[in-house]
Amino acid sequence: MDATLPILYLVASITFITGLKLLGSPKSARVGNLIAAGGMTVAIFGTMFLAKGHDGQPLHNLEWITGALVVGTAIGWVMAMRVQMTAMPQMVSFFNGMGGACAALISVMEYQAVGEAGMSFGGGLATVAGLVIGSVSFSGSIIAFLKLEGRLGDIRFGGQQFVNNALLLGVLALGGAIVGSYLGGLNMVLLLTAAALLFGILFVLPIGGADMPVVISLLNSFTGVAAACGGFLYDNMVMLIGGILVGSAGTILTIVMTRAMNRSLANVLFTNFGGDAAGGGGGGAGGSVRELSAADAAVMMAYARQVVIVPGYGLAVAQAQHVCKQLEKELQEKGVTVKYAIHPVAGRMPGHMNVLLAEADVEYDKLVEMEEINPEMPNTDVSIVVGANDVVNPAAKTDTSSPIYGMPIIDVENSKQVIILKRSMKSGYAGIENELFYRPNCAMLFGDAKDSLTKLVNEVKNL
Amino acid sequence: MDPAVLSLLYLVILMIFLGVELIHHVPSVLHTPLMSGANAIHGVVIIGSIIVMGQATDTLSMILGFLAVVLGTLNVVGGFVVTNRMLEMFKKKS
Repeated sequence: MDATLPILYLVASITFITGLKLLGSPKSARVGNLIAAGGMTVAIFGTMFLAKGHDGQPLHNLEWITGALVVGTAIGWVMAMRVQMTAMPQMVSFFNGMGGACAALISVMEYQAVGEAGMSFGGGLATVAGLVIGSVSFSGSIIAFLKLEGRLGDIRFGGQQFVNNALLLGVLALGGAIVGSYLGGLNMVLLLTAAALLFGILFVLPIGGADMPVVISLLNSFTGVAAACGGFLYDNMVMLIGGILVGSAGTILTIVMTRAMNRSLANVLFTNFGGDAAGGGGGGAGGSVRELSAADAAVMMAYARQVVIVPGYGLAVAQAQHVCKQLEKELQEKGVTVKYAIHPVAGRMPGHMNVLLAEADVEYDKLVEMEEINPEMPNTDVSIVVGANDVVNPAAKTDTSSPIYGMPIIDVENSKQVIILKRSMKSGYAGIENELFYRPNCAMLFGDAKDSLTKLVNEVKNL
Repeated sequence: MDPAVLSLLYLVILMIFLGVELIHHVPSVLHTPLMSGANAIHGVVIIGSIIVMGQATDTLSMILGFLAVVLGTLNVVGGFVVTNRMLEMFKKKS
């Protein structure tokens, strides 16, 4: 047997492992991504020219495969280059869905070509598992994509959890029956596909927008497992290793994310918080807020020793990261120390805010993680909250009835002055009141984040 | 148990542990690019679509296979390009 292809697969597998490893550190991440991409290219071309089919013959239809590669590359490249940094999470979700659909299609074709009679028990299991997991990942990712694009709200109905569980049981039973050859035929396989697709939709529909990153990360690991099923099916080591690696890494990433929000995965998936105006813990709702003019805010900041900027998703939506950087520059020229406090779940995904600020040329070492900035808060003269809400809500520390109780927050209330840039008094994603706004050392500057920041930059400049 | 299946199981278990170890201590700053990079890597599913397309004979399988390869390519190319764009932002611009 020719060992060239297995060796190429081994090389590709090593690049995947190395790539993931290097992605774990800011300095090497870019190289890691390129190494993995190189390995993928080797695996793709190796497969095209060296792989053998079930009949031991080399693969044919190479011209069609090349055509499909060209089409996919063109579309994928254009989409990936055009997407705004703020829309990154939904783009990842979309590409993840494509991988899931690919895995599901492979299973359908395998059934059509070989038929259940020609399949071993293991082959049947891998085919059905790849089909179900791939389909759930596809439809779930598309729903997550639509939700993050704002084209779909949270849809809930009575007994939803019951319907979902029943559907899941039905999918598992039907899949089991097909694997065990109690049921068969392409029609049953298509029915299974339809049921799995429906489950993916219903499973993601009720989950709130703020929890979408967790869902995407979970579906990401699903697609990994679906790819690994293909590895079992074809005894293909690179698919197996790549798939399982992502399945495992994705699961851990999901758990780490939920932990940063101080919640369990089950809580995210089944309690549907993150959309309803739950209203829990409206502690200070009776007080009044203090409004501030841009000029006053500018004076406050320009004569401060240290200013901490707390950016949230509102900053990203308003595309205000560049103006934010300008404000930092102006303040620095006045001798003010400026730092950014980054909450682990600021933005739409953990680390999303860092990407957005890096895009605006904010230096990496100015971004301070929550654990490090909190002890500095009492020595901070002004903290300025830009489009963030839940991550600075003190109810997370004090109000046991609050849905975000226990989530670590950035302790802006400990700084001498807090300025909150906000569009309106509307509550954040968790849908709860923020008593911070009513504290005596807090003042509000209403308006679009970008407009307000622009005003602040001009005011600071004129001082 | 078939020794080939057994060695596959060993491989799966080791990969699970490796995946956990690789991710566990990554700062939250890098979670988004990491998720995106992992997303690109499971695009390896494209290998399966190439194998199945390479054996397709009738029109229906040709169409499905073509579609599968396109979708797999979208996952791979889109995934790696998006990740690269994100990470480019971290590069010090001089």
